[in-house]
Amino acid sequence: MSKFLNLLFATCLLTTPVLAEGLGRIATPDEVAAWDIDIRPDGLGLPEGSGTVIEGEGIFEEQCAACHGDFGEGVDRWPPLAGGFDTLTSERPQKTIGSFWPYLSTVWDYINRAMPFGNAQSLTANEVYALTAYLMYLNEIVDDEDFELSKQNFTELPLGNEQNFYPDDRDTTEYPLFTVACMIECKDSVEITHYASGKDVTPE
Amino acid sequence: MTNKSGPSRRQFLTTSLAAGGGMAATIAQAGDPAITEVQPWAQHLGEGVDQAGYGMPSPHEAHVLRKSVPWLTAEETSSINFTPLHQLDGIITPNGLAFERHHSGVAEIDPAEYRLMINGLVDRPMVFTMEDLMRFPRHNKVYFLECTANSGMEWRGPQLNGVQFTHGMLHNVMYTGVMLKDILAEAGVKTEGKWLLAEGADAAGLSRSIPMEKALDDCMIAFKMNGEALRPEQGYPARLVLPGWEGNMWIKWIRRLEVGDQPWHHREETARYTDLLASGDSRRFTWMMDAKSVITTPSPQAPILHGKGPTVITGIAWSGQGIIPRVDVTLDGGINWHKARVDGPSLDKSLHRFYFEFDWDGKPLLLQSRAHDTTGYVQPTKDALRKIRGVVSNYHNNGIQTWAVNSDGEVDNVEIS
Repeated sequence: MSKFLNLLFATCLLTTPVLAEGLGRIATPDEVAAWDIDIRPDGLGLPEGSGTVIEGEGIFEEQCAACHGDFGEGVDRWPPLAGGFDTLTSERPQKTIGSFWPYLSTVWDYINRAMPFGNAQSLTANEVYALTAYLMYLNEIVDDEDFELSKQNFTELPLGNEQNFYPDDRDTTEYPLFTVACMIECKDSVEITHYASGKDVTPE
Repeated sequence: MTNKSGPSRRQFLTTSLAAGGGMAATIAQAGDPAITEVQPWAQHLGEGVDQAGYGMPSPHEAHVLRKSVPWLTAEETSSINFTPLHQLDGIITPNGLAFERHHSGVAEIDPAEYRLMINGLVDRPMVFTMEDLMRFPRHNKVYFLECTANSGMEWRGPQLNGVQFTHGMLHNVMYTGVMLKDILAEAGVKTEGKWLLAEGADAAGLSRSIPMEKALDDCMIAFKMNGEALRPEQGYPARLVLPGWEGNMWIKWIRRLEVGDQPWHHREETARYTDLLASGDSRRFTWMMDAKSVITTPSPQAPILHGKGPTVITGIAWSGQGIIPRVDVTLDGGINWHKARVDGPSLDKSLHRFYFEFDWDGKPLLLQSRAHDTTGYVQPTKDALRKIRGVVSNYHNNGIQTWAVNSDGEVDNVEIS
């Protein structure tokens, strides 16, 4: 190695941050189990357990209906969870579990991690299965009140809208269109078409 | 002034002199009491040091506040407020004015109890304390964070009359933190590990799937903003930083990173933060924040109060794809455009500050700004976006904003033909 390369190599060593090896500690299996609560559409992460529509109805009335309504219709500005079928192409789409959500696993995962609002991670696995089953019933995915959802049958009843999602395609559908910037005499005239004033929706 | 339709430098100076002369004439007899009378601050002792261990802005700035739009959300713990963009200048957002978005309120975490776990498809599941994080090599980067729903209320037409509310789900601070790739290297990502689940410690357990390519590129775990500890509402003691990507993914109070071979399709990347199109189909994983700009003054909350004459238009521009080499401004609703002057640091995936100085003749104006980014992308009109997406997307509205200024200098949020 020439002196120059030696110097270069030494300089690299001096200016590249030394990786901090050996920091942190190994997580114990109990610690990982306590925090690793997520599940996926293929069912990975689901714990053993089960719950029926009827069981879910009781829990829902007690713990969920105050915000989401008895039938998942939503109270005030809280989100509706059911209904809205065939509204996605309408003027006012109603995006619910039944009309919009692509995966049932999202329902289970979200209830389990974040609900009931203000008392998260308080439900048992069986209660989360039961609530998910009840939401399937409210969204007409099952019609039997005795239907029992479990780890074993979880992936057998998919939601309806999955096939209508596709990955971001702006790089082909939008970016090629947005490259022109006219500077002079870009249009003949300009009219104001809409005003925010008078709508009375802006806070003080 | 080099702009074809702008005033010449001579005109600008002449007008300035004339305006100054006029002012002098009106107060010639008595003189300006701000000068002729001894002011209390010039006579008496002021407060000494240590009146406030943590200093606050002048009482005269007490009106400069984050504000929310109460009708937007059911209640405050799952809500958002807005940065007062019309009252700020430069590129840095002060920490106390950076907008807040919480899904289950602010997690108040004792840093001594803070833990970051890495598990999943790794050689060694790991736990790190704050002390551990501080021992990785640190980096300083200025990045914008924009909520995906910024300007989302404007899809059906102008709604909110203030740039704070139309564009204020946005802040730009300098983060100090460590590279995500350095932390992941400690655990050893297995070759089949293509995705990362990032999860917060708050009562929403907010979780997002991140492609490993991004995680190993420029992402950080940050613990400082603008030199001081993260504010609790911004994720104290540590948050994820995903430069250029939608704000929802910048998990606050970050507690866990799980490596997997597929995305998780959690609530914030399916039911929310997906883009419903007029066709009924939806785009998902729309992570990139496209180039955008807005004039911050004048704007509805910051009218022109000085009348005609020398006038400063200023605004901000940003892009998730890089820097902003150019911003154009129009005074006439887009018939003719002028290149604005970008002033201050031009940093990758950071806000840029632009100015356009002109001699206002007191006639109505239709103001717009248009950002260009390093990829050649030019900020589109709202109608161009609607033509492709419809009006129910909620998210990613980076269309050109129009402010109508009337002859009194009052400003309205409008749309034009």
